Amino acid sequence: MRAQRFQDALFHQVTRFFAFSVLAILIAIIGSLIYGAWPALQEFGAGFAFSSDWNPVTDKFGGLISVYGTLSTSVIALIVAIPVSFGIAVFLTELCPPALRGPLGVAVELLAAVPSIIYGMWGLFVFAPLFADYIQPLLTATLGNLPVVGGLFQGPQNGIGILSAGLILSVMVIPFIASVMRDVFEVVPGILKESAYGLGATTWEVVWNVVLPYTRVGVIGGVMLGLGRALGETMAVTFVIGNAHRISPSLYEAGNSIASTLANEFAEAASDLHVSSLIALGLILFFVTFIVLALSKVLLMRLGRSEGEKT
Amino acid sequence: MSNSTALYRKRTRTNQIALLLSTGAMLLGMSFLAWILAVLLYKGLGALSVSLFTQPTPAPGSEGGLFNAIVGSTMMVGVATFIATPVGILAGVYLSEYGRKGWLAPTTRFINDILLSAPSIVIGVFIYTVYVAQVQHFSGWAGSLALALIAIPVVVRTTENMLNLVPASLREAASALGAPRWKVVLQVVLRSARAGVLTGILLAIARLSGETAPLLFTALNNQFTNFDLNGPMANLPVVIFQFAMSPYENWNSLAWGGAILITFGVLCLNIVVRTLFRKKI
Amino acid sequence: MQTPVATKRDMSFAEVRGESAGTSAPTMAPKIRIRNLDFFYGSFQGLKHIDLDIHEGMVTAFIGPSGCGKSTLLRTLNRMYDLYPGQRATGEILLNGKNVLDPGQDVNALRAKVGMVFQKPTPFPMSIYENIAFGVRLYENLSRADMDNRVEWALRKAALWDEVKGKLNQSGLSLSGGQQQRLCIARGVAVKPEVLLLDEPTSALDPISTAKVEELVHELKSEYTIAIVTHNMQQAARVSDYTAYMYLGELVEFGLTDEIFIKPKRKETEDYITGRFG
Repeated sequence: MRAQRFQDALFHQVTRFFAFSVLAILIAIIGSLIYGAWPALQEFGAGFAFSSDWNPVTDKFGGLISVYGTLSTSVIALIVAIPVSFGIAVFLTELCPPALRGPLGVAVELLAAVPSIIYGMWGLFVFAPLFADYIQPLLTATLGNLPVVGGLFQGPQNGIGILSAGLILSVMVIPFIASVMRDVFEVVPGILKESAYGLGATTWEVVWNVVLPYTRVGVIGGVMLGLGRALGETMAVTFVIGNAHRISPSLYEAGNSIASTLANEFAEAASDLHVSSLIALGLILFFVTFIVLALSKVLLMRLGRSEGEKT
Repeated sequence: MSNSTALYRKRTRTNQIALLLSTGAMLLGMSFLAWILAVLLYKGLGALSVSLFTQPTPAPGSEGGLFNAIVGSTMMVGVATFIATPVGILAGVYLSEYGRKGWLAPTTRFINDILLSAPSIVIGVFIYTVYVAQVQHFSGWAGSLALALIAIPVVVRTTENMLNLVPASLREAASALGAPRWKVVLQVVLRSARAGVLTGILLAIARLSGETAPLLFTALNNQFTNFDLNGPMANLPVVIFQFAMSPYENWNSLAWGGAILITFGVLCLNIVVRTLFRKKI
Repeated sequence: MQTPVATKRDMSFAEVRGESAGTSAPTMAPKIRIRNLDFFYGSFQGLKHIDLDIHEGMVTAFIGPSGCGKSTLLRTLNRMYDLYPGQRATGEILLNGKNVLDPGQDVNALRAKVGMVFQKPTPFPMSIYENIAFGVRLYENLSRADMDNRVEWALRKAALWDEVKGKLNQSGLSLSGGQQQRLCIARGVAVKPEVLLLDEPTSALDPISTAKVEELVHELKSEYTIAIVTHNMQQAARVSDYTAYMYLGELVEFGLTDEIFIKPKRKETEDYITGRFG
């Protein structure tokens, strides 16, 4: 009996240890990133995040260009991905014949399972040439003439750059956002939708006026999840962003994101300060994605909890 | 009355347009998947041959395959799975079986879900600073560790989900026989959720097989066949990256061959897992 | 189409109808005339050869044990089942003489005429005001002032105005369960339907709220034709003019409520009403 109680306690503590190790991994990641980034942060201070220097020869580094690349590609990705994901989620929950719901749901998940390096190759070798030949001239001829934003759509039409990277990213995050939206749409009680249909509302009116407000928190959580994915995505962006260390007024120009800078330079960084600056970029990336993903998680948990209260 | 029919017609039209756009979004998503798969088949099928699996990576312009990369990937994914499986399952057991009270379980659950989506390149940076920089050389071990850190959250999440599906009555029945808690968990709960837990491991393997970013500066690459995890190691994703970006035609073709291998491997794993365990994941 | 077979039930139905038409039914034609209605969930037949008239300005109650098809019948009247693939109805449901099961029937237009209130309160995730205005906006382009009037009118109809007039901008979810259900009734009334379907409207409510809703049903029947499904026989006796007893998808007995409850014609009905069965 004693032995048994001891074994039970031991088992409890062992599992507890491994649960704790997940936390330890996070703490170790943050700790090591701060440690590794310390020399660069000491050298450049808080200005690191706002300096557009990036010169391995003179050992002057700043994160602005990469941060700009990461944010701009992610914003483009969301602008495109949110409406498409919403459409997919509406299709899967409201329109799809039941027999197709399973297979199409799996297909959307497969889009998420395709390795990012494949998106990169497809983006660079297939999408970019078509984009340069057909879409970019079209965008320049239309959006390029608009005041204020016109400049974003002018420049070299060679298919690579910030805009292409953002578009490839959007394809990659669509399945993540769409899956979350579908899941949260499915928690809407059938009876609530029926009462709207009972008033004579159309499918679209039910979705827009009842389903969406009811699941708003979860939908935002899904978008945040997509943003978290987009910010940290590496390989696909590295293939198509052009890897040029500059900020341009045009979205057609090449740039660099934090992740692509790391992928390109980390293994070959010569000076300690260069390595440290790269780690500092990694720290910024991890910090931002951590906040975005934490927010996403909190929002999704809140929807889950209010759901639990009602039933 | 005319006012109301006009309004009604407008509503119907809005509805039709919205539903048409929704269907269009679905078609758009599916067409991207089809497009990517078609491109892979078109460009990669020609590169598939016996030598792809038997020859190591060649110098530019000469004959070769991806043998060393396949070996490296298999070894590193294998080691990573070997590390991540016990850690992930035990942590998942804690969350599901002991996670009702206290601060540790909710915190771990929260952090785990964040790590699940955290940028994998940062994991590479982490392993670089704590391991590669300390031992002063790139190695297969470093690559395996980085992959293991990516796999752990996947295994934890699915294990917990699967154990939560095991009915409480089963636990109670086992406990009522006088079985101690650890035996109940290991021999009854975990066993009845066996298939589901395996799912999690397979999903983790699928995820690891395509991961490139964390290997770039941990395992690096190796043009020779190497079975020693203590040295730089070739692996499919990094070789594909390097070869795809190169100007050499034979390298490009091998890159497409590798791409078709990992993509169809990963997709098949996903299809099997998701059709067998739909709803539960 | 099935050929009508003169079963026992048909005969009993005919007897009942003849009698009610002779004694107390008003002279006008029924609001809803159901003929030979069958309903299927996939291959399972949920309703079998239902023939029934629902009279204008009257309350018709549907009673019977769980799964007898009383809710299913209600949901055919506004074609709510259309939302679910695999569910279908055959036969005729004539609303004002027009068959609503006709494939050409516009279901949205139908549902504007046939409102529905559900087992549980279902306030939409918006303010009290917007809950009412939502349905109205689907059909009418009202000015702000007209809309205000309509909202007040509907809330007064549902005897809720005095309780919520100061907090129209609060979420509908902030109300108590009974208030929420009356809000849903107000929402149904606001679009000025001709028929109101109440599907066990008080099953989630406390006795006081139940009494209020029943009172409301009593007042609304002068202007609306009401069909109510209930598992509570006292409620059926209290609120309805006509009662239909259903069992296993069939209409066992239909007639004036007073007659059904005092001297049911069929043994099964009597057993159910007296509690010997069900």
